[in-house]
Amino acid sequence: MIELTGIERRFQVGGETVHALQDLDLTVPSGEYLSVMGPSGSGKSTLLNIIGLLDRPDDGVYLLDQVNTTELNDSQQASVRRHRIGFVFQFFHLVPRLTAAENIELPLILTGIDPGERKKRLNLALASLGIADRARHRPDQLSGGQRQRVAIARATIMQPNIILADEPTGNLDRASGKEVIDILEHLNSEGKILIMVTHDPEIGQRAARRIQMLDGRIGSDSEIST
Amino acid sequence: MKAIDTLQFSFRAASGYPARTFLILLAMAIGVGAVILLTALGEGARRYVTREFTSLGTHLLIVIPGRSETTGGPPPLLGETPRDLTLEDALALKRNASIRRVAPIALGSAPVVWKQLSREVTIMGSTEALYGIRQLTMAQGRFLPPGNPSRGTAVCVLGYKIKNELFGNTSPLGERVRIGGRRFRVIGVLAPKGQSLGLDMGDIAIIPVASAQALFNTSSLFRIILQATGRDSVPQAKDAILKTIRDRHEGEDDVTVITQDALLKTFDRIFTALTLTVGGIAAISLAVAGILIMNVMMISVSQRKSEIGLLKAIGSPRNQILRLFLSESAILSLIGSLFGVLLALFGTWVSLRLYPNFPVTIPWWALSAATGVGLITGLVFGVLPARKAAALEPVEALSRR
Repeated sequence: MIELTGIERRFQVGGETVHALQDLDLTVPSGEYLSVMGPSGSGKSTLLNIIGLLDRPDDGVYLLDQVNTTELNDSQQASVRRHRIGFVFQFFHLVPRLTAAENIELPLILTGIDPGERKKRLNLALASLGIADRARHRPDQLSGGQRQRVAIARATIMQPNIILADEPTGNLDRASGKEVIDILEHLNSEGKILIMVTHDPEIGQRAARRIQMLDGRIGSDSEIST
Repeated sequence: MKAIDTLQFSFRAASGYPARTFLILLAMAIGVGAVILLTALGEGARRYVTREFTSLGTHLLIVIPGRSETTGGPPPLLGETPRDLTLEDALALKRNASIRRVAPIALGSAPVVWKQLSREVTIMGSTEALYGIRQLTMAQGRFLPPGNPSRGTAVCVLGYKIKNELFGNTSPLGERVRIGGRRFRVIGVLAPKGQSLGLDMGDIAIIPVASAQALFNTSSLFRIILQATGRDSVPQAKDAILKTIRDRHEGEDDVTVITQDALLKTFDRIFTALTLTVGGIAAISLAVAGILIMNVMMISVSQRKSEIGLLKAIGSPRNQILRLFLSESAILSLIGSLFGVLLALFGTWVSLRLYPNFPVTIPWWALSAATGVGLITGLVFGVLPARKAAALEPVEALSRR
């Protein structure tokens, strides 16, 4: 359960203060499928980054399962990111020198899990995402869809209960975009929170709950309006 | 994160960017190699000089006529003329208990002629004592015979080189050569010994001291070389020499006694200073290598910004990223240092090939110190980039702009 109250995020651009998020309240119960839409600069990504603990709000309280994350120190926040949150990016963010399998394994390595256990989880993830035959390839030898599947495998290998996807189909053609959405929705059906930032209304409409961002505020929220 | 995984990750990161890694390794190898090689050269120079001195013989004292002192003040009643050293002085010195051997030396230059061949060489007049003092060895025949030093016999011992020049491969023993117009019978040939303090013992002819004095028409000696009975008796011998000479020269201290130990110590000090200086120069090159490592690591941090952002996004805390980057610097500088050691070993090998007489040796302390300092340099100069990497904000690091 994600509870945001009075979240403020300001940036200094030149001499001006830009309010990326203004007095934002949002509650996302467990297992929800939420899409965030809105024009560029409306604060969609900032919202996602704050939920993913990649960014700190200037003001407000963010409770994640009743824990106030804004009070956690760096390593505690890192631990939350590691165990509770899986991030999927528009630009995949795979490490170019590592193979697909090594990229997926990375969170396990950083956590210090035994090689045997790592191998088991890795094979499971490779199989369930249908990229087992691509395990030894490096990112530049993979197609866009395959790269995003590797990224999803990496985001889910620690079994987080929140998946944050920032324009996951933004760099993909329609067909592979569809596949990626299917995979993410499947994860949601297993009970994980799925928050997806997207430009594409067609994808946005698929979510059970849809948020429209406007100038750092929530313009419309399908759950409240209905 | 497990230590082995940290190492492996850092190693993969290093091998993933070959050009950058090559630059760092090169810088480190040259830095460490320079430290080792330069100290090895300094050490080699020191050993070279020490060896030259010991090849002269051990526990030696050298008596030179004349004395350096400041004069002036009230004008002396008598004029101060240093007396020459004479053969009698040398013989008188031999009667001292702390002195084992005494070799008077008269030196000059004269042509040595055999048949049509003639060669202008250094003629050294001495006694059979020189053989033991200078630790000479014979290639053929024997050295000057013992006997009364005041009586010159017409025999000579040739150096290896002059023997080859004049006689080629034929044996010179028993042949008569002309030295400065006098005839001498060749009784021996010195074994090649190489240079010793600038005097080429190969290009020399040794004749009895009295013959040399007659040849050069002088009664004075070039110097007297003495050997003390042991290392401890060297100061005693020095006092005895000064006293004997003073007695014989009517109370005048008109000789200078140089002990080999003092000379050796002076050189030792000079070369220790030299080694340290050279080591200091090398240390600067190591610091330069360290700064290069820092630069390249800094660039690496900027290059791998998005990777660092990703690591943070998937739950890597700050100190873990710090560790990753530090261990990468450590691995790079360790491997670089090893290459540096190889470079230094190769350098000494080449040097020994080119100049076999110059004993370039890598002192073990230089080896371990250079490797250690290399590692420390890498770590110290790696801290700044690593801290920079760890301090990156994840959002900022992940942004493509």
